[in-house]
Amino acid sequence: MFFRMIFGAVTRQKQKLLMMACTMALGISLATAMLNVMLDVGDKVNQELKTYGANIMVEPRGASILSDLYGVREGAGVSGKFLFEAELPKMKTIFWAFNIVDFTPYLEVQARVNASEAPVAMVGTWFSKHLDIPTGESVDTGVINLKSWWEIRGAWLKDADESGVMAGAAFAARNKLKEGDTITVAVRDREGRERAAELTIRSVYHAGDKEDDGLLAPLAVVQRLSRLEGKVDRVEVSALTTPENDLARRAAQNPHSLSRHEWEIWYCTAYVSAIAYQIDEVLTDSRAKAVLQVAASEGAILQKTQLLMLLLTVLSLACSALAISNLVTANVMERSTEIGLLKALGASDGQISLVVLTEMLFATALGGVVGYLVGIGLAQIIGQSVFGSAVAAKGLVIPLIAVLVLVVTVGGSLPAIRMLLRLRPTEVLHGS
Amino acid sequence: MKNILELNSVSMIYGPVKALHDVTLNVREGEWVAIMGSSGSGKTTMMNIVGCMNKATHGTVFLDGEKISRLNAKDLTAIRRDKIGLIFQQFHVISYLTAVENVMIAQYYHSMADEQEALEALERVGLGHRARHLPRQLSGGEQQRLCIARALINHPKLILADEPTGNLDEANQEIVMDIFHQLHGQGSTIVVVTHSPDVASHAQRVVRLEFGRMVREEQPVERHVA
Repeated sequence: MFFRMIFGAVTRQKQKLLMMACTMALGISLATAMLNVMLDVGDKVNQELKTYGANIMVEPRGASILSDLYGVREGAGVSGKFLFEAELPKMKTIFWAFNIVDFTPYLEVQARVNASEAPVAMVGTWFSKHLDIPTGESVDTGVINLKSWWEIRGAWLKDADESGVMAGAAFAARNKLKEGDTITVAVRDREGRERAAELTIRSVYHAGDKEDDGLLAPLAVVQRLSRLEGKVDRVEVSALTTPENDLARRAAQNPHSLSRHEWEIWYCTAYVSAIAYQIDEVLTDSRAKAVLQVAASEGAILQKTQLLMLLLTVLSLACSALAISNLVTANVMERSTEIGLLKALGASDGQISLVVLTEMLFATALGGVVGYLVGIGLAQIIGQSVFGSAVAAKGLVIPLIAVLVLVVTVGGSLPAIRMLLRLRPTEVLHGS
Repeated sequence: MKNILELNSVSMIYGPVKALHDVTLNVREGEWVAIMGSSGSGKTTMMNIVGCMNKATHGTVFLDGEKISRLNAKDLTAIRRDKIGLIFQQFHVISYLTAVENVMIAQYYHSMADEQEALEALERVGLGHRARHLPRQLSGGEQQRLCIARALINHPKLILADEPTGNLDEANQEIVMDIFHQLHGQGSTIVVVTHSPDVASHAQRVVRLEFGRMVREEQPVERHVA
């Protein structure tokens, strides 16, 4: 009979229950959307911040000391230390491999252009290099992704284009060069022998930095001209990181000062220092350092954005809960005569509460499921319009929403049910 | 015949108002008693006390030999469920349950729902053909007959009806009173609370209340059916 009562209530009071399900669906869709966006906003903002450059710089250990002591980084020929290009794919095998969004190597040499005596900085790099990782995966990485804000007149160079070069805007202007012009570039190796090549300017870039006063070529071209095949003098890495805290700052100074437990926490958290440490582990004689200014700014922005989203989510959850709870309370109060009759017929308080709560939970659970699905859609709209990408549907949201539905329904019903159970049948059945 | 209901010096006081004042009444098993009085005479108060929906301020009440005047709410609910069939002036039914389900619900809270028995109860009040209809598809008279079927389903010791024809037209009033006659003929004890002399005239004994006091008892002669 219990199930016949529930079935009767659900199928023959469709409008009432539909109204409740709709309100629940509205509230839950808002809560689902906000929760999903909140849980994903960290990754999204982090991803956005990655477009503003690398946050880890890897250099050969010796060169790193020079740069630490004197603040200079002169490239090839000064420290005589290099990293090995062939080792770079190993960076995608570290514990936090998936957090490494992009990386690109550089080899910087001094070149003479068109027999001019004034040397020009010529940098070899990957533009969009296809790499097969030892784990079996493959990635395309390079300066195109890493310097997405550069303004390019023409098109980015291809890695395979060994007769092409990109000219910095300042260099091109000074030498009255434009796309399509051919220049002769001569590079002297460490033994003093000079090698020259004729290269065509494919495009002109504006980086807004000292790089504008130089040339950018495929890494292989610069390695061949300088006889430094397979070598690079620095690598820029863009990684998704967790904002630094005290533990991370202590670890950055000296990882060995941490206790075993602290070390495990640090190593298994995507702190920029932990990722840098892990890069050091796979590259021979390397010194990976966080670009602290970038990392700190990213952390601050991320924390503020997450806090803002958390507040918005809590606010929207509270509003949804209030609206739903009011409707549930109103619905239960409407049923005073029915509850009075059930009491007159001999139903116990527990039996009455069970019937009312089951009906409510059925309607609100239905609304909750619909609301969840609508909320996922809403989250996608927010994701596309704000971040230009989809928001991942987080599994954690499902139990959170289930608990919310339960708490709001039971919380909204109980005070009203308690009030009704205190009513005497005579008060409602005689209409007085 | 033993007394099924005994009220001894029962009073009900609401603040300064004495709704019922020192009422003593005995109802024998199988008897049909009408409690008559105008509005405010205390007849509904009396019904609430007898129906275990309220407790008297003073006096004692025995139902089927059990003293109910000092029972707690839970025990009163059990007595109401097991021994009393209630019929109200308004046709209180569950709107989203069919006629037969409305009868079965009384069985469910009493012991165990039995659809066949519920259908038979509806047959007894002439509603067998309307068993699968929802209350909104029934007329006022049919809804009241449904309430009577529900009141009968658990074979109560006492059928307690509060203005059972108050919302019915003459034709439906006749049908309901005919059902009461059938029930009485089958040995049911009936207490009808009414202000209508016509309804009261069907009873074996009429108890008159005025301002909360029992003023007299009489035997209706006009339409008495034994």
